[in-house]
Amino acid sequence: MILYDGRVNWQAFALTARLALFVSAVLLVIGLPLAYWITFSRWRWKFLLEALVSLPLVLPPTVLGYYLLVLFGNQTAFGRWYQSLTGHTLAFTFQGLVIGSVLYSLPFAVQPFAASFAAVDVKLLAASATLGASGWRTFWRVIVPLSVPGLITGVALSFAHTVGEFGVVLMIGGNIPGVTRTVSIDIYDAVQAADFTAAAHTALVLLVFSFVVLSLVYALNRRVWAVWPFK
Amino acid sequence: MTSVLQVSIRKTLAPAFTLDVSFSAPAGITMLFGPSGAGKTTLLDCIVGLLDPDRGRIAIGETLFDSGKRINTPVAQRHIGYVFQSLALFPHLSVEGNVGYGLDRLSSDERARRISAILDAFHIEQLRHRRPDAISGGERQRVALARALVTDPCLLLLDEPLSALDAAVKKSIMDDLRAWNDSHRIPILYVTHSREELFALGERVIALEQGRVVAQGDPHQVLSAPRQETVAQFAGFENIFDATVTAVHEQSGTMTCRVGASTDLEIPLGHGSVGDKIRVAIRAGDILLAISEPHGLSARNCLPGRVISLARRDYLVVARVDCGAEFEVHVTPGAEQSLKLKAGAKVWLVIKTHSCHLVR
Repeated sequence: MILYDGRVNWQAFALTARLALFVSAVLLVIGLPLAYWITFSRWRWKFLLEALVSLPLVLPPTVLGYYLLVLFGNQTAFGRWYQSLTGHTLAFTFQGLVIGSVLYSLPFAVQPFAASFAAVDVKLLAASATLGASGWRTFWRVIVPLSVPGLITGVALSFAHTVGEFGVVLMIGGNIPGVTRTVSIDIYDAVQAADFTAAAHTALVLLVFSFVVLSLVYALNRRVWAVWPFK
Repeated sequence: MTSVLQVSIRKTLAPAFTLDVSFSAPAGITMLFGPSGAGKTTLLDCIVGLLDPDRGRIAIGETLFDSGKRINTPVAQRHIGYVFQSLALFPHLSVEGNVGYGLDRLSSDERARRISAILDAFHIEQLRHRRPDAISGGERQRVALARALVTDPCLLLLDEPLSALDAAVKKSIMDDLRAWNDSHRIPILYVTHSREELFALGERVIALEQGRVVAQGDPHQVLSAPRQETVAQFAGFENIFDATVTAVHEQSGTMTCRVGASTDLEIPLGHGSVGDKIRVAIRAGDILLAISEPHGLSARNCLPGRVISLARRDYLVVARVDCGAEFEVHVTPGAEQSLKLKAGAKVWLVIKTHSCHLVR
């Protein structure tokens, strides 16, 4: 039961936090190699991939959501493969939401990662190589430790961006309590139902929560002042 | 096992700049010098493998690069120590972490033993746990040397490693490097602009200009008889003149050349015939200064002129004298006093033929 009696819907908060944690973890794992490749590859068509990664910045979330719905449906090989594996479609599931949010927040992780990799002095990478280190060892012993501020920024931004997501969730998640009903959807629903007290309380909690999380991140990471990753 | 470094490569970096060098360097310190833009760092980058030459061969014992045989050993497998001009110490690692960085394949006992030995050899044991930003410039230099040498490289490349340090620190680091080199005979290529380092460390000198080797040999050979303008400037030839050959005296082994509008100098016979444009280099300390016209000297050049200015520099007086061309002459403060030198005074400059060096 959804309570519209002016109390905060903590279930939506728990779901949102779980989604954002999952998404930032996935983005850390796939964002590191992607950012490494974007920074150090000499492939001539590299700019195409850079443009692709940045697409979610300019596309309305509904466009991304629409294509994901098509992808998840049984019109595509991927959609049919997933259905044959699990018996249901990815649309309107938590997993589907994770995939959509990862794509939607991708530039918010990859761009700060890539920017901090590119800021590492190339002489340090050369020094590492002359001391016999492989590319793998150089990455973990030199590039990553010197990019920690950028990595924290990227993870924090993708977490925050996922918390604040609305359009993609609405398109591919729908409104299933405990599965896809995130805080932003919850507030929208409360307003639609003219329950302004609930909307006000939830919105206030989200505002305070987001501010506290970002303040903590930036307090721990003072060298990075830019919230906006494209300085 | 000691091996000789053999380099014969060509690399075009810009339409106007090609590095085209061929030399070998045995164990010991070989100084590499030349003006900035001569290609010194490019040469080091090619040897270590950070840049690929267009063609040629680099070998030290085994072949590291051979364009003909398509051999190009990756940087990490060349075993060449490289101390960058910027040092490139890892800022997030302690001195110990930096020095031990290249030893990850050793057992932890062996690694600890090697680190302690090299920290001792370079007198930085007490800095073991400090970060590079918490130690002095000279100490950072020692850490960079230790980090490169602890891996037992088969060749060491040093890119102006001591240029930013004061003389005392420089000397003590040079002593440590020389001591290390006495017990580890590997070729060391040392890029420098400093004469002091050249004479203190160099067993051999290679002069580089516009991507080419223009002189090589032992330091005194190269510097006392410079045939290149680069070498001349480097070796402290304060006077370098454009001149035109006006007469060649084959039997006396000299030539006469005209400097400025009307000043004639007798110089040693070199390649050149009447009318050729040449350059002549003379050390300011090789010129005698007289206040009356000297007679009965063996020196062939005796030029009348006037003192333009006198300036005290440490224990030296730098006199500028106009003899048709402007000469720099170094005298002692005592000589300045007893000759009562002043700006405007009439003087004669006495220059031996063999103090005039023909440079290209």
